[in-house]
Amino acid sequence: MQDNTVADKIPNPETRNSDKISIRNLNIWFGRVQALKNLNLLVQSNEILSVIGPASSGKTSFLRQINRLNELEVNCRVKGEILLDKKNIQELRCEILRKRVGMIFALPQVLPLSIYDNIAYGPRMHGITDKNYLDNIIEQSLTASFIWDEVKDRLNESALKLSGGQQQRLCISRTLAVKPEVILFDEPCSGLDPISTAKVEESMLKLKKDYTIVLVTNNVKQAARVGDRTAFFLMGELIEIDKTDKIFTAPGDKRTDDYIRGKFG
Amino acid sequence: MRIRLFKEFIIEKLIFLSGIASILFVILIFVFLLKEGLSFFKEINLFKFISGKHWYPISEPEQFGILPMILGSLLVTLGAIIFAVPLSIGAAFYISEVAPGKIKDILKAGIEMLAAIPSVVLGFIGMITLVPLVKNVLHLPTGLTAFSGSIMLGLMSMPTIISISEDAINAVPKSYKEGALALGATRWQAMYRVTIYAALPGIIAASMLGIGRVIGETMAVMMITGNAAVIPHTFFQPVRTLTATIAAEMGETVYGSMHYYSLFAIGIILFIITFIINITADMVLHRKHK
Repeated sequence: MQDNTVADKIPNPETRNSDKISIRNLNIWFGRVQALKNLNLLVQSNEILSVIGPASSGKTSFLRQINRLNELEVNCRVKGEILLDKKNIQELRCEILRKRVGMIFALPQVLPLSIYDNIAYGPRMHGITDKNYLDNIIEQSLTASFIWDEVKDRLNESALKLSGGQQQRLCISRTLAVKPEVILFDEPCSGLDPISTAKVEESMLKLKKDYTIVLVTNNVKQAARVGDRTAFFLMGELIEIDKTDKIFTAPGDKRTDDYIRGKFG
Repeated sequence: MRIRLFKEFIIEKLIFLSGIASILFVILIFVFLLKEGLSFFKEINLFKFISGKHWYPISEPEQFGILPMILGSLLVTLGAIIFAVPLSIGAAFYISEVAPGKIKDILKAGIEMLAAIPSVVLGFIGMITLVPLVKNVLHLPTGLTAFSGSIMLGLMSMPTIISISEDAINAVPKSYKEGALALGATRWQAMYRVTIYAALPGIIAASMLGIGRVIGETMAVMMITGNAAVIPHTFFQPVRTLTATIAAEMGETVYGSMHYYSLFAIGIILFIITFIINITADMVLHRKHK
């Protein structure tokens, strides 16, 4: 076993019970390149865990392994395990896992359909056809991502007409509509202006009441603003994970400090 | 310095000529076709030509009705579409979305080979294998039918439809599919609800181009469909297409006779049909890029 696992020193006894995702000795290769090296990490229920690190630090590979999107790559190889509520995700069916673990991408993946149909897409796919029930889900999920007031009068218009920030919040609603437990954000604001970014961050902060959130971001300040804890990845290794305040005020590793101060990356 | 400028000038003009040549040829062909064909319409009413049921170009009195051939062409084409389009789209999806790397390469090479087989060879193979098969299996008096022609033409149009559809499917952003998968879609659901939807304009255009190829095809249909210029009532009887009529009779006409001009008139009709199909395909493709 690894003696340098940072995960061991984080949780105190009462938070240990609320571990939502535990990652054990996770290694990921793409072809010959090892993207992630021996990762051990716990994600707790109802927290926002921000993951920061320079390019090719393995943070996106880590995120995409939690809902097994890495499997789409032909040359991807994985060792180690990820437990969701103490159950190995490899034993779940992909569709079930991805329904429980939603994902928001860097660019909003709006489908060329109406706003209503975009949100209804997920539930319909999982077999829900009852109109009243769908209407309900749609209002709930749009409200939860704070876009209901902006779109409630034009649900039948094309979603492509929305602004970038609105589209991204629409995507959050769409993910919420399939009632996930965990939401993965993959650089959700990289294409957005500051005001839209603020709105997306605001929804994240409110969503953590009901969901567990893992946020991968290139924006160090964003990690500082929304993360309960922050993990720093470098070259496929987890360098440090701690309370966000601690990471940003007194990081334990010099490399973390250098990255946060913008000395590299 | 001067020599360099002169060289530049020459090369520029040469490239211009090469570029303009293709357009020039098309225009010349069209003009020639019109010149030979239009004089026919001075004698015979266009409407009568298209709707006439009898094609007796050298009897007395001669009758020029190409309705049987138009219907023959349409029937064979329709059959080919029904057979080839679903199969090709399925193949395109298999190649671009499902097949593992090696099989993908083999299939792609195979499809290119299929495109490279000369149509007369396919016609010949069809004549000695497919035609007897159709005759025996369906207990028909002859295997030279629209049905056999459709199968053979479908086969010939498949490479076009497959490769263009596959391009369209590959052009669908990966993110669309991932977005659907991340919502818990199965592979089939993501393919069915997102990829097909996004690739649809390309797939339609591919099918149209395939149809264009089928309508214009001559050699194989001439060998397989039986060439009876009568209005077809079922799929399983001999038909004659517009193209086969021109190819079969051009060698036997007297230069300058009504029969001779009538074949050019058929050429004009055929040209208009393929032109419409190509324009439609173009418009569909263009809409996708907007």
